Order: sequence, then C-alpha cells, then structure tokens
Amino acid sequence: MVATREPEAARAASGPSKRPLTRRQRENRAGLAYLSPTLIVVLVVVVLPILWTVMLAFQRIRLINVRRVGVFGQYTLANLELVLTSPGFWTSVWTTLVYTIGATFFSIAFGLVAALALRGRFRGRTLVRASVLLPYVAPVVAVTFVWEVLLSPQFGAVNNWGVRFLGWDRPIAFLSQREYSMSLFGWHVDLPLALLTVIAFEAWRYFPFAFLFLLARLQAVPRDLEEAAVVDGAAPTQVFRHILLPQLGAVIALLTVLRFIMTFNKFDDVYLLTGGGAGTEVVSVRVYEFLTARFDIGAAGAQALVLAAGLIVLLAIYLRFLAPRVEEEER
Amino acid sequence: MTDRATVERRVLGVLRWIVIGVLVVVTVFPFLYMLLLSVRPIDEVLQNPGRIWAGPGEWTLRTYREVLTPVGDGGQGFLRFLGNSAMVSIAATLLTLLVSIPGAYAVSRLRFVGRRQVHFLFLAVYLFPSILLAIPLFVLFTRLGLRGSLAGLTIVYIAQTVPVSIYMLRNYLSTIPESLEEAAAMDGYSRLQTLRKVVLPLAAPAVMANALYVFMIAWNEFLFALLFLVENRSNWTVSLGLAQLSGGIEVSKTVLMAGSVVLTLPIVVLFFAAERLLTEGLTAGADKG
Repeated sequence: MVATREPEAARAASGPSKRPLTRRQRENRAGLAYLSPTLIVVLVVVVLPILWTVMLAFQRIRLINVRRVGVFGQYTLANLELVLTSPGFWTSVWTTLVYTIGATFFSIAFGLVAALALRGRFRGRTLVRASVLLPYVAPVVAVTFVWEVLLSPQFGAVNNWGVRFLGWDRPIAFLSQREYSMSLFGWHVDLPLALLTVIAFEAWRYFPFAFLFLLARLQAVPRDLEEAAVVDGAAPTQVFRHILLPQLGAVIALLTVLRFIMTFNKFDDVYLLTGGGAGTEVVSVRVYEFLTARFDIGAAGAQALVLAAGLIVLLAIYLRFLAPRVEEEER
Repeated sequence: MTDRATVERRVLGVLRWIVIGVLVVVTVFPFLYMLLLSVRPIDEVLQNPGRIWAGPGEWTLRTYREVLTPVGDGGQGFLRFLGNSAMVSIAATLLTLLVSIPGAYAVSRLRFVGRRQVHFLFLAVYLFPSILLAIPLFVLFTRLGLRGSLAGLTIVYIAQTVPVSIYMLRNYLSTIPESLEEAAAMDGYSRLQTLRKVVLPLAAPAVMANALYVFMIAWNEFLFALLFLVENRSNWTVSLGLAQLSGGIEVSKTVLMAGSVVLTLPIVVLFFAAERLLTEGLTAGADKG
C-alpha cells in the first residue's frame, strides 16, 4: 500500500491531464460510481427526510394541511415551545433516561457474567451459546407477546406460581401497575413496577448482544498471560481484576455507548409491552402518539428533534473519546 | 488453612454451573412456553395457567389451523402475512446486497474523494433514531400514495440495512489479499469482472452471513410496518398481524401463541443453521479493541 502510494501521488500531481486519466483518477471515479447506489438510497430515504423533519418541526403542520407545506412555509418556534412546556414531556425525558441507563447497565452486566461462565470449554457449549442468543435474534413482537402472557395477572404462569409457591397475596400486574408499594425491613418503598419490568425485558433481550462482543474479546486474550498469573498463585478474581478487565475495557466502553444510543431511541419494546402506559412513556413512544393519534406532525417533529439533539451530544462524545482510538488501532 | 486461590476456584467452579443453568432456563423457557401454550386448548389454559407441561395426548393443532386459514374461512389469515413478510424480507435482502457489495468494495479498496466522510454518514444512519425518520417518511409516503404498499416498506428496509451491511462486508473484504486482484488485472480483467469473478467468490461466507442478517432485520421489523401498513390488512406482515391481533380480545391467546411460533420459527431455524457464520460476522472487528 505505502509503496504504491508515492509514485501514484506524483503522477496525479504532475500536470492537469489532457492525457488519459491517471490510475488515481480512475480509481476515484470507480469508487464514487460503486458507492453511488448506496449514497442515493441513503440520501433519499434517510438524509433528506431528516432535513425535512427539521423543517416540519418549525412549521404548524397537521396531516390535513400537509399538502400545502413547502420549503418556504411559515417558520415558527411554536412547536418547540409547545413541546417543551407541554405536560408530561419532562417526565418522559426522565423516564427515557432511567430506562436507558438501567437497560444498558444490566444488559452489559449480565452479558459479562454470561461471557465469563461460557468461556471455558464443556460438552454442549455450542448449543448453550446458541440458545443464549435466542432472545436477541427472535422477533420482538413474538417475545413481547410471550412476556405479556407470562406476566398476565389472569392467565400468566408467573403470577400463578407466585401466588401458589411464593405466597403473594394477589397477582401482580407487572406491565400495567405504575407503582408497587413494598415494605422491606419496615421501610416503605414505592417501586416503579412497570418501568422496572420493561427494563428487565430490555436487559433480557440485549444481554446476548453484550455477551457476543465480550466473549469474542475474551477469547482473543493471550492465554500465556493468564497462565503466568495462575502459576504465580493468583486467585480467579485477581486474574479477572488485573488481567481480563483491563483487556475488556475498550469493548465495554464501546458497548456502553452503542447500547445507550440504541436504547435511547428504542420504540418497539416499550410500545409493545405497555403501550407507553403506567409510567413507561419514553420519548419515542410519545412522538408516535403525537404522530398517529393527534396527527400533529409539527409537534411530533419537534419532539423527535429534541430526542435527536440528545443523541447528537452522545455521538459527539463517542467520536471524541472512542473513535480516534479505534482508528489508530486500525492503521 | 487453604489458600484463597483454591477456595475461589472451588466456589466459582460450582457457581459457573449454576449460572449456565440459569442462563439456559431464562433464555429458552419463554420459547418453550410459547411452543407448549400454542398446542393446548384455551379453556384448559385459562383454568390452569400455572401448568406448563401437558402430555401429547392433550395437544391440539386446531390453533395452527385457525391462525393460518384466510379470514374469509374464519381464520386469522397468517398464511398471507407470512407471504408478505417473506416477499418484503427477500426483496430487501437481495436489493441490499446488490447495493452494498459494490459499496463495500469501494469503501475497502478504492481511494476516492470523501471516503472518510462516508464512514461518518453510515455511522450516523446506523445510530439515528428510526422514529425521527418515521415522521417524514410517513408524510412523504402518504403523499406519494406509497403508504400501505409493500414496495414502500422494502425501500425503507434497504436504506436501514445498507450501512450495516457495508460495514460488515468491508471488514471481510479488507482481509482478502490485494495481490489476487492485481493478478486478475494482469490477466486483463476489468474492475467489475474482478469483483464478480475473484472477490465475490472469496467473500461468499461473509455475503451469506450478511444476507441472513439483513433478512432477520427485515423479518423482525415492526415500527415501519406499523406506520405504513396498518390500514391495509391484506398487506400486513406477520409481526404487524400478531401485534394488532394481540391488542384485542377477540382472538384467543393460544391461537396467537401459534402465530408467535409461526413468526419465530423461520428465524430460529435460520439462526441455528448458520449460527457460527452469523456470530462471527456480527463481531468481526470487535476483538481488535
């Protein structure tokens, strides 16, 4: 690579060409040509619509009058104002944060435990590893439905067992009860039950994702490092703390950012489990409500923008602190 | 006194098996529950919700018959939904590959203006909230009359999967030695011929893994199907059909469980058939740091 680059650069620099295209120029053209279908699709279906959302967010638009909307419409900050001061908006931002942090933390923690447990060889490991990935690959609609039925107070197995074997007074509506009062050692705590259930679901569904990445990284840790420590009499927790954890640091950081962003944007899981009720209304579900129930496109757009603004901050952090390191290593 | 290392090793040795056991139960049980509930009569489930296992003598396949037969014949019409899902997913997979293979080749091999910026664009697309995209696309497709059509949905899936697809393929393509292509060029192959006859056969495993991955994303997708197709029942995908019907009370839960099995089974079969291929493709590059 490096050897060929210099003469090419020299050739490219040597004079404007009436001559046939240099290799460098041909490569440039071919590169752009090969990438153009991708760019067109992404531009038309992703980039332009996003720009349009920005425009929509600053205009008073409902679905009825959307035909009359153009680039040169009436711009106004009314939507943003309406959204930021509307009841429930800041609660939903708070809910989104709690949901995201909880789900990110637990999915990575469980993923790490799973990766450590399934690291060594044993009979049937391939099968166990594959089945651990099931929650991640299965269709979200199917798994949310199974959870709903499992946790249902009327015909769910969990509540039935809870009452029969664990001595619950009555069935618990995991997905539709906002708060659950519990007394623990004389303390009364109100647990946000539905929110916790949704977080548990998210941890269940996405720990395999963390597990996959962590296991791949664990298997790339040089064996002799660990063996040397064991010969020196290090206990397993010490090996983990001083040898494995430092090696996993970068992957855990990457996973934290990825999972955080993905969960922050998540719509399907909460919508399907609770419909956004019982204190689980995250911002994306709220946007959907504005869009389909009220047909208030402007307000939906403004809310989506607030969500995106939060995301851009996160992306900036990611690019600033993580991406440079990764690129350096790739070079 | 035994030393710390021995004690720990013994405790963790036991703990490890407990963890493995819990993991298997927690991940597999919901799917087993789905399968077992789908073959039991509904009144029996309502009477005795805590009972999981029922002998083969009590099994019934009536739930599957009901969920699959067309609406006109008193069923739920999932056979048609399966057809829709398959059509959208296969079309999205093929078109995504058609677009992303040359794209990935360009990104991994060719130096062109704006190559660095392209990476950033893809990352942004991959990480951007799809609900943000949903608003303008909802409006746009309403205007173009594409709402309710499977073609519109397919286009959205392509745009959503192409960036990930390029990223995965690029990682693989960069492991193919460049000298092979130079040799092909010596033999007088054009760039396109080289891509088709030299690079593509070598990258076949990665392309396969990628195809499966895109297929799974398209098959499992819910939000855009909900936004675009909800008013047109004959075009529902399986995911949308199940979600819509499970909200109501008209269809019994065991029939819907049969629907869940029908929705999940193709994915699970594909996944187990190609597990190694997929997990390696997904984490390619992760072990670099």
